[in-house]
Amino acid sequence: MCTFTSYLDNSLIDEQYIYFMDRRNFIRTGSLALAGAAAAPAFASSLAESERSAPVASAMLHFGVTEADVRKTLTAALEKGGDYADLFFEHTYGMGVRVLSGDQTGYAYIENITLEEMLKAARTAARIASSSMKTKPVSLAERSLKTNYYAISTPWEGVVLKEKIPYLQKLNDKIFALDKRVQKVSASLNDSTSHILFCNSEGVSCYDYRPMVTLSAVCIMEENGRFENSYSARAYRKGFEFLSDDMIDVIAREAVENTSILFKAIKPRGGEMPVVMGSGGSGILLHEAIGHAFEADFNRKNISIFSEQLNKKICNEHISVVDDGTIPFNRGSINIDDEGTYGQKTYIVKDGVLTSYLHDRISARHYGIASTGNGRRESFRNMPLPRMRATYMEAGNVKESDIIASVKNGIFVDKFTNGQVQIGAGDFTFFVKSGYLIENGKLTQPIKDINIIGNGPKALADITMVADNDKIDNGTWTCGKDGQSCPVTCGMPSALVSKLTVGGES
Amino acid sequence: MISKENKKLAQWAMDCALKNGCREAKVSLYSGSNTSFELRDALMDKLQQASESRMSLFLYVDGRYGTYSTNRLDKKELESFIRNGVESTRYLARDEARVLPDASRYYKGGKPDLQLLDPKFSAVNPDDKVALAKAAAEEAMGKDPRIISVESSYGDGDGFSYQITSNGFEGETRQSWYSLSASVAVKGEGEARPSSYWYESSLYLDKLIKEGVGQKALERTLQKIGQKKTKSGRYTMVVDPVNSGQLIRPMLSAVFGSALQQKNSFLLDKLGQKVGSDKFTLLDEPHLIGASGARYFDGEGVATERRSVFDKGVLKTYYIDTYNAKKMGVDPTIANPSVLVMQEGDKDLGGLVAGVDHGILVTGFNGGNSNSSTGDFSYGIEGFLIEKGELTLPLSEMNVTGNMIALWNSLAETGNDPRLNSSWRIPSLVFEGVDFSGL
Repeated sequence: MCTFTSYLDNSLIDEQYIYFMDRRNFIRTGSLALAGAAAAPAFASSLAESERSAPVASAMLHFGVTEADVRKTLTAALEKGGDYADLFFEHTYGMGVRVLSGDQTGYAYIENITLEEMLKAARTAARIASSSMKTKPVSLAERSLKTNYYAISTPWEGVVLKEKIPYLQKLNDKIFALDKRVQKVSASLNDSTSHILFCNSEGVSCYDYRPMVTLSAVCIMEENGRFENSYSARAYRKGFEFLSDDMIDVIAREAVENTSILFKAIKPRGGEMPVVMGSGGSGILLHEAIGHAFEADFNRKNISIFSEQLNKKICNEHISVVDDGTIPFNRGSINIDDEGTYGQKTYIVKDGVLTSYLHDRISARHYGIASTGNGRRESFRNMPLPRMRATYMEAGNVKESDIIASVKNGIFVDKFTNGQVQIGAGDFTFFVKSGYLIENGKLTQPIKDINIIGNGPKALADITMVADNDKIDNGTWTCGKDGQSCPVTCGMPSALVSKLTVGGES
Repeated sequence: MISKENKKLAQWAMDCALKNGCREAKVSLYSGSNTSFELRDALMDKLQQASESRMSLFLYVDGRYGTYSTNRLDKKELESFIRNGVESTRYLARDEARVLPDASRYYKGGKPDLQLLDPKFSAVNPDDKVALAKAAAEEAMGKDPRIISVESSYGDGDGFSYQITSNGFEGETRQSWYSLSASVAVKGEGEARPSSYWYESSLYLDKLIKEGVGQKALERTLQKIGQKKTKSGRYTMVVDPVNSGQLIRPMLSAVFGSALQQKNSFLLDKLGQKVGSDKFTLLDEPHLIGASGARYFDGEGVATERRSVFDKGVLKTYYIDTYNAKKMGVDPTIANPSVLVMQEGDKDLGGLVAGVDHGILVTGFNGGNSNSSTGDFSYGIEGFLIEKGELTLPLSEMNVTGNMIALWNSLAETGNDPRLNSSWRIPSLVFEGVDFSGL
């Protein structure tokens, strides 16, 4: 039974992802989902100590390969004339081999890491090239991490299920206790730990330890025969220390508040109107309106609406937008990207000017610059692509209350579930779970379940006021592109977009 | 193929699980491969190839349930893997609703081969595959001065599964698929670079439509140049057969046991009630020979049968698997749909548009969502304005908003043009009085 994704063209789908795993434990009328790494052979626990001194060597030991195996595989990968090759080992569990010939890519992966299988995959990927050029792999030298943006105290791999379940039970019970209208709760905890070993034909080798945890709760409430659902979630690159009673309280309270408000909410009248984007999750606007269109693969192919806008002024000079892989413990942070480039902070808009696209190795070479460390992939099964990390707008100098007061008729939105964009046409959308009408400068009637659509360059130029309350949203944002999912985050201070098309009734 | 040795290995794993303390168990094997070639302007851009195989174990231990999966099919490793699995499962919470289906509900075999596997699959020459993608690109390249990029791709794959349960089920599936697609981007007005695509897919290479993919992608792209938004208001909505499935998705999600059990469904307690117009008739036809999605049993091994899902707007079926049936205290049906066939009308898309006085033809959805508890939806769209039966203006940057039950009650006509390569055979659809927002 194979999966087949219909061809979606340059349409990209992003969502705040709530995990529902196979193993669900229903307690009371609630459901508690909990997924751990029980199924995979555990990474040698001694690695934690040895990784400080020789992480690459320890990782090779874990994956059961030697430097000679790596060299043989890279040599096989280049035997048809490719000019570059890399190997990406990932626990859990497999290895992908990529061969580049100019900007052409050959890719193959295996799940069973033996020299024989590695060579077979390398020869498959090698077929992308057909040249007499002979590139030889350079001896490996370790690229050590400069900073660890997600150093943890208690690794998930050492935590047994029994220690996690009480937190989920507490979250479940707390939500039921907060409001009599609560009918069902799905609480879920998902932790994962991936170990990355990267080696390329230019002699780079590096290791990264990537923890991830998401805790979320979906809440179903009933009022006078009407049902509504909403949720709350947090996601970080943290260890077991992430779980605390305070965190449980915050998520429980938000899940109930986010659901309660829906009973009072209506659909607004649709059409063009001013939209005040509340701080935090409104970063979805940046992710969709400009973030994807700045990914350099689209620009090197000249199919993005921003392809000819580099170094041009595209919005108000008080606006700066960053894509950042260096925020401590952030879901989108990366010590090294999936091509061995250091994680970094990249200004994509500085003082209103488009200053940089988001690059991976191929696009950086095309533009003759260094990669910005945006080469990311879902897993060893996929080739890397330019992807966002944490994308946010820096603070402005206006008060949120002044922005709201400036709007006569419009809406204020701050809870979102998903978004999408067309790279070439520039049309982007995001779905509003809840917000408020603004009437005569005041928040009045709650609203819900409407889609907002705009055009990237126009919407950006229409941002006329930016508040001083910048904030990152630490929800479970998951970005989809070419069938690959990547963990990201977004953030924004409150801001006014003078005109967007809001869904609603006529 | 799943080899005889591996089938024996599955049986061995089953015995091993039972011996180590499982009350019941299911073991499944999967193996498959896939290949893709992506071309840019008719030159190779990316090639990708992979094959995978794995064993999954579904263990029922002391009223607890755990699932585990591995791609290491070595007996020695498997033995400790299974032992660890059984031990880990003991740590999970008890859930008495986790049981295997009643053995009487399993598919018992004896029906004709569904013919889902192309016997020629492994004999196709890679050069011929690349040539198909190249030909698709060449149909578009150079045909219009505004073209900036033509991407095309060929993909194929096969997949085999085998599963056994401790209460007597044994079943096997096999399938192949092929796809050919093209995407064209052109320089439009201002900085805009509109793009569109076309694709064909089939279980058999001989039946794959190989011509017209590039040409259609180009036509669909050129039609988009100059997209505008139009006035907000109520319009008749026509949805083409590439996109009509999107509107049925929330209706189906709402009839799944997992949603009903969570009271997270706007079709809760609506079985036997009218939730759509008389034109809304949808059948689940699992046994169509050679059809994508056809099958004799679901993921649990339960025998599929022909079902009416919606009949003249009346909801006839909930999709309830063994687990959710136990949780809800109702009889199970089947885990999910196989091949969905909507009752057709007698016109194609052009014929339907010709009959609309004031409407919007939707040729693409852009984001949006539907509230699973209430059925309230709002989606971004692009398409064309219909005035007196003619397409007069390409549209984009608009939203369509409403409620699923109201929408399906406004279904006025269905077309005769479903895409038969899809397991959801939903034709063009016409809905009356739908809210669009734009200017």
